[in-house]
Amino acid sequence: MAGKIGKGGRTTAAALGKCATGIVGLDEITNGGLPRGRPTLVCGGAGCGKTLLAIEFIVRGATQFNEPGVFISFEETSEELVQNVRSLGFDLHDLVRRKKLAMDFVRVERSEIEETGEYDLEGLFVRLNHAIESVGARRVVLDTIEALFSGLSNTAILRAELRRLFRWLKDKGVTAIITGEKGDGTLTRQGIEEYVSDCVIMLDHRIHEQLSTRRLRVVKYRGSTHGTNEYPFIIDAEGFSVLPVTSVGLDHPAGTTRISSGVPRLDTMLGGQGFYRGSSILVSGTAGTGKTSLSASFAQATCQSGAKVLYFGFEESPSQILRNMRAIGINLEPWVKKGLLRFHSSRPTLYGIETHLAVMHKQIEQFQPAVVIVDPITNMIAAGVAQDVRSMLLRLMDYLKGRQITTFMTSLSHAGTPLERSDVAISSLIDTWLLVRDIELGGERNRGIYVLKSRGMAHSNQIREFRISPRGIELLDVYLGPAGVLTGTARLVQEAQEQAAEAASNRELQRQRTEAQAKRKALEAQIAALQAQVVAQDQALEHLAREGRDRTTHEQRERRAMAQSRQADDIGTPRRGANR
Amino acid sequence: MTTKTVKKKPGKAPSSEPLWDLRLYVAGRTPKSVAAFTNLQKICEEHLAGQYRITVIDLLEQPQLARGDQILAIPTLVRKLPQPIKKIIGDLSNTERVLVGLDLRAVEV
Repeated sequence: MAGKIGKGGRTTAAALGKCATGIVGLDEITNGGLPRGRPTLVCGGAGCGKTLLAIEFIVRGATQFNEPGVFISFEETSEELVQNVRSLGFDLHDLVRRKKLAMDFVRVERSEIEETGEYDLEGLFVRLNHAIESVGARRVVLDTIEALFSGLSNTAILRAELRRLFRWLKDKGVTAIITGEKGDGTLTRQGIEEYVSDCVIMLDHRIHEQLSTRRLRVVKYRGSTHGTNEYPFIIDAEGFSVLPVTSVGLDHPAGTTRISSGVPRLDTMLGGQGFYRGSSILVSGTAGTGKTSLSASFAQATCQSGAKVLYFGFEESPSQILRNMRAIGINLEPWVKKGLLRFHSSRPTLYGIETHLAVMHKQIEQFQPAVVIVDPITNMIAAGVAQDVRSMLLRLMDYLKGRQITTFMTSLSHAGTPLERSDVAISSLIDTWLLVRDIELGGERNRGIYVLKSRGMAHSNQIREFRISPRGIELLDVYLGPAGVLTGTARLVQEAQEQAAEAASNRELQRQRTEAQAKRKALEAQIAALQAQVVAQDQALEHLAREGRDRTTHEQRERRAMAQSRQADDIGTPRRGANR
Repeated sequence: MTTKTVKKKPGKAPSSEPLWDLRLYVAGRTPKSVAAFTNLQKICEEHLAGQYRITVIDLLEQPQLARGDQILAIPTLVRKLPQPIKKIIGDLSNTERVLVGLDLRAVEV
């Protein structure tokens, strides 16, 4: 997105010379910078950052673009200015020493000046010219030239001279910033915009619901396209930075690579491989459902893969997150030390939503993470109106997607509201939406997790029980039975019951088997007894048979003996043979 | 016009050091500058005879001097002495205002 604007800027730069300011974001909005060789009016109310913008323009020019500058101040002395910007790391004294900067304080004190007849402002021109030539300046700032109006009463001369001054600046070919105090219904109090017609930038410091937001808008830019929205900007320890995010369109590339969620079973639920890289993930749930734990788990997994994670915490301080996560076996501290993980914690009420996003944008630009975690995004609501929040989140998400940064956000749902309704109504922007919910059953509260939606992957439609233990996050199958979904103790009880029932039936089977075996054994014993009887009978029979034979032989012998004794006839051979 | 010190010390000089140290800043010999110088000389002769010194500074030649006296408008007359410093801008054509500016006359009207 930003790159695209930059490209466009280069093409128009050929038509109209641009002077890069070096101020973060401003060059993107103006497609390359301020109009080169022309004056630009920066106007706004008191304390909106005009002077700072101007001075940063000069300092960046001198340090980054090798364009020396001149700073003519009508309000602050040079020494005051030096002190004011020292906190931003700008060493004006050093720049002056190196002939990169010339500063001049023009004091206009009405009480000291008596006007007698015709005059002009040649003295100012001379001083300006002298300053420009002493350093070979390419950039000039006049802050705030309207102070002249309070010091000199002849406005006819002043106006004519100002017109001449701006013409003269153009002829000099210097890129100038003229600051002006916002007037009542006009851009500047004295209508300077009349003379500076090339580029007008308006700064605004707005308070809404007691939260301040700074905004910048390019009111006009002759001969160039420019972003027309109001862009939030911040002034912090590194100076001025504008958040150049806009919803430029839906043309970001969609990656196919995957990134693990850090919970193996969750990856399984998400088509087996986890989230898409560069997608936006929302975890919503009521309080205490483990959203932060999931975030930390994801952060850990990403760091383990060697990628950088930027963690925005809006509820807990970094050390609190580290401590809490250590308790569940997720040790993030080594990653922080290695520089792979960076925390940024702030209270949502610290400033307005735009400022938050500007800060986030700046952090992301600096750290270049692969994953951004926002925990929780719903706290943003505290920093703005729902509509604003939504539009700003949209911009942020477009920006992140354009950068192929995976966004992991948590959203706190209030108990009682439909879980599917996320508070900031950003569901349509979300690619993967996990729902963590409480399941109240049997006097306890357990967590269930399921994938509400996940674009572009075959995801599981099942509820898993989500358990946080000292070893980390585990997903367990829930018990699906006739009584519905059972979790926690109820699941354990059900499982125990089932185990008992199974054991009982196993025992019964065993018993029956033993019984059958016993019966069989009895039968076998009977068979053995009967067989023994059979054997006995056989023996008896044989005995009887033998006895019978013996008796016959004996009788014959008896008979023969008798016959012998009776001297009977020889019975003869056949008979003998038969007896044998 | 080069920087020059015009010391007017006619006959009777009350003190060796002039009480009035005046500087006239100009930028080149423009009609306004010339008019201012002429007007100034006339006024001084009339009211401060023998007690003044006029230094004319041409900023085109010495632009760095503009800073010290906070010169913005041209021509500018600066009363360095007596204290406090007074500044009068313009071609000094309005004598009344010049006299008021130099504290030579109380504001009338």
